[in-house]
Amino acid sequence: MAAALNIQKGTSKHSAYDLRDPNSDVIERHTLAVIVDNEPGVLARVIGLFSGRGYNIDSLTVAEVDHTGHTSRITIVTVGTPAVIEQIKAQLGRIVPVHEVHDLTVEGPSVERELALFKVAGAGEKRVESLRLADIFRANVVDSTLESFVFEITGTPQKVDAFAELMRPLGLVEMARTGIAALSRGA
Amino acid sequence: MTQMTGAKMVVQALKDQGVEVIFGYPGGAVLPIYDELFMQNDIQHILVRHEQGAVHMAEGYARSTGKPGVVLVTSGPGATNAVTGITDALMDSIPLVVLTGQVPTFMVGNDAFQEADTVGITRPCTKHNWLVKETDRLAHTIHQAFHVATSGRPGPVLVDIPKDVQFATGSYVPPREAGNAHYQPQVKGDREMITRLVEAMETAERPIFYTGGGVINSGDAATQLLRELVEATGFPITSTLMGLGAYPASGKNWLGMLGMHGLYEANLAMHDCDLMINIGARFDDRITGRVADFSPGSRKAHIDIDPSSINKTIRVDMPIIGDVAHVLEDMLRIWKSRGRKINKEGLARWWAQIAEWRAVECLRYRNSDTVIKPQYALQRLEALTRHRADRYICTEVGQHQMWAAQFLGFEAPNRWMTSGGLGTMGYGLPASIGVQIAHPEALVINVAGEGSWLMNMQEMGTAIQYRTPVKQFILNNERLGMVRQWQSLLHGNRYSHSWSEALPDFVKLAEAFGCKGIRCSDPADLDDAIAEMLAYDGPVIFDCLVEKHEDCFPMIPSGRAHNDMLLAADAEAFKQGAALV
Ligand SMILES: Cc1ncc(C[n+]2csc(CCOP(=O)(O)OP(=O)(O)O)c2C)c(N)n1
Ligand SMILES: [Mg+2]
Repeated sequence: MAAALNIQKGTSKHSAYDLRDPNSDVIERHTLAVIVDNEPGVLARVIGLFSGRGYNIDSLTVAEVDHTGHTSRITIVTVGTPAVIEQIKAQLGRIVPVHEVHDLTVEGPSVERELALFKVAGAGEKRVESLRLADIFRANVVDSTLESFVFEITGTPQKVDAFAELMRPLGLVEMARTGIAALSRGA
Repeated sequence: MTQMTGAKMVVQALKDQGVEVIFGYPGGAVLPIYDELFMQNDIQHILVRHEQGAVHMAEGYARSTGKPGVVLVTSGPGATNAVTGITDALMDSIPLVVLTGQVPTFMVGNDAFQEADTVGITRPCTKHNWLVKETDRLAHTIHQAFHVATSGRPGPVLVDIPKDVQFATGSYVPPREAGNAHYQPQVKGDREMITRLVEAMETAERPIFYTGGGVINSGDAATQLLRELVEATGFPITSTLMGLGAYPASGKNWLGMLGMHGLYEANLAMHDCDLMINIGARFDDRITGRVADFSPGSRKAHIDIDPSSINKTIRVDMPIIGDVAHVLEDMLRIWKSRGRKINKEGLARWWAQIAEWRAVECLRYRNSDTVIKPQYALQRLEALTRHRADRYICTEVGQHQMWAAQFLGFEAPNRWMTSGGLGTMGYGLPASIGVQIAHPEALVINVAGEGSWLMNMQEMGTAIQYRTPVKQFILNNERLGMVRQWQSLLHGNRYSHSWSEALPDFVKLAEAFGCKGIRCSDPADLDDAIAEMLAYDGPVIFDCLVEKHEDCFPMIPSGRAHNDMLLAADAEAFKQGAALV
C-alpha cells in the first residue's frame, strides 16, 4: 500500500488524493518530508513558497541527512483543505533542488517525534511533583539547581503538549521545542 | 581540463551553448566579462538603454525563435532594473538566462557599493537562481542554468557572478561534461489517462480544444500534431492570448481567442461544452471568470508539463502530465488505432449551435469616416500585412493589445509576442527589437498604446543603433484606455488619472531619435500612411490618432461567469446598473 501510494514527482495517477474527497472543505493536517539538495537558499525557497502563496506552516525542521549526497530532509507540518495540500506538494515538487516530496500522512503509517526542553522553577511540594511527573513521562533531568530543573522530553507533539500543560502550574518558566521529525513505518 | 578566468568562462559557456546574441548593459561588477566580449566576435552584444529593455528584448528573441534569450547586466541597480522583465518571463514561461554581476565575494553582505541581494530579490521571480562563489563551479552552473531554463516548463533563471569569481582562474567544463543533476521533468503522458481521454473524445457531443502557450513552448511538432488532431476530429478550437498562432486563424475550426476580451462564441462554447480538452493552458482567471460557474457541465482533461498547474484553480477529471507534443502524438495514435471515432451527429448539432453564437458578430463596432476607430486601424493593418508570412507582431498592454488579439490573425506559432500573465506596459517596444534582431529581414510591428509605449521608449535608441527596422504602430487615444474603460464601466465614469496628458509629439520624437515619424488622423489617409510605414527601410514611429473613448468588447466583467459577456450593445445598460466587483 505504502509503495503504491508513493508520490513520485510528476506523476498523477498514484496520488492518494483520489482516495479522499478532493472538494472537501475540511482542514487537514499533513506531515510532509521533502528531500532537497543541501545548497544555499534552499530553505528560503521552501519558506518563500509557503509565505508567497499563503500556505500555513505549523512546524518545520531541517537538517542534512546524507553528508556524501549533500541532501537534507525538511519535515513540514502544514494544514489546509485537500486541494490546498495537493497544490503545496506540487509546488514543492517544482522547486529545482527538491528531489522528493512525501506526504507521510497519506502514504501509510508513520511515526512522529519531537524533542523539547522545559525549565521548571520552584520549591517544596511543586518541585517534588514536577520530578514525579517527569518520571511518568520518561523525561530526563538534564540540568538541576536548588530552585530549578531542565527536563528533556521526546515524544509525539501531543505528549509534549500534555507535559507542558502539567508543568505550567508547577513553575514552568521556559520551553524550547525542535519541531517534528517523522518517518514512515516499516521498510 | 582547460584553465581560464571566470570572465572568459562566461563567454566560452555561452558559445558552447550556441548563443549568438546577448542583450545587456555594462557596469563595474561585469567589466571583466565585457572585456572578454570585446575580444571576440562570435557573440553579438546588443547595448540597450535600460535593463528592463534588455530582458524584454531577450523575451522577444526567445518567443520568436524558441531559443533561450540571454541577458547580461551589472550588480545592484542593473539587477533590480531587470526584475520586472524576469517576472514577466516567469509568468509567461519564457526561457531566459540572466547573468548578473555581483560585488566580490569578500564584500557580499557588507552593503558594498552597488550591492543588492540579487538571488534573494529574484528568488520568487525566477524558475531557479544561483550565486556562484567559486570559479571552478561557474561553467557547470551556467550550463545547468541553460538546462533548467529550457526543460520542462520553460522560465527565466539567473546566475549571479561576483567580480572576484570573474577575475580568478578555474577549470572550464563543456556542456556535455557538466551533467544535469536530477532535474529531468517528465515528458511522456500517462497512457491509461490518454486512453480515457480518447474514449471521451469518441462519444463527446460538444467537445472543445482549449489551447495555450504551452503548445507554442512545446515546439513545432506540437503545433503540427495539434493541427492534425483538430482537422481529423473536426472539433472546435479556441486559444488563450498566449497560444495564438498554434492553430491558424484561417483554419475552419477556429473559434477565436477566449477569455475576458475573447470572442463570444469561444467563451460560450467553453461554458456549454461537454468535453473540454485543455492543452498547455492554465485556467487563468482571465479565462475562467467566476470559478464556481466555469463550464459546469463538462468533463475536463488537462495536458500540462507542470504538475502544479493541474487542479490549481479548476478540478479536472483527466489530468495528463507531460510535454504537449509527446501527449498529442500518443493521443493521435491511440485515437487512430481505435478506429478514428467521433460522435458525428452530436458534433453537427454543436457546430450549428456555434454558428448561432457566431451570428451575434461580437466584434462588430460602429465605424466612422471622420475619426479612426482603433479596430478599423487594426483591420487595415491586417489587410495590408496579412500576406507577409514573416510578419511578427508585438504589443504593449491595454485596449490596443486586446484589439490586436481580436483583429489580427496568426497563421503560425512564434509570431505573436505579448505580455500575458504579468501584463507589463513597456514590453512591446523592446520585445519588437529582440524579435527583429533574431529575424533581420522580417516585418516586425509593435501594436502599442501611447501610455505603454512611453514606458520604455528610450529603447528607440537601441533600435536606431542596431538598424532594426521595427514599426511602432501606436494607437494613440491620449488615454490609459483600459483603465478608462474600467472606470467607465465600473467606477461611475470617474476618470481618476487615466489621461495621458502632456504627450510628446511622436513625429518630432522620431526625428529626434533619428528615424521616421508618421502621423495619421483621417481614416481616408490610413491605407497610404500604413503603406508608407511598410515601405520605409528603417524604424518608424507611427502616431495613429484614434477615437479617444472607444471601449473594448466583448468583455467578461471581472467576477462574472464566463458566459455572462458584455457586448458593445449592452454596455450602456450595464453602466447604469453596474455593481462594483
Ligand atoms: C507597468 C504597468 N503599470 C500599470 C498597468 C495597469 N494598466 C493596464 S492597461 C493600462 C493603460 C494602458 O494605456 P495605453 O498603453 O495607452 O493603452 P490603451 O489601453 O489606451 O490602448 C494601465 C495603466 C500595467 N498593466 N502595467
Ligand atoms: Mg492609450
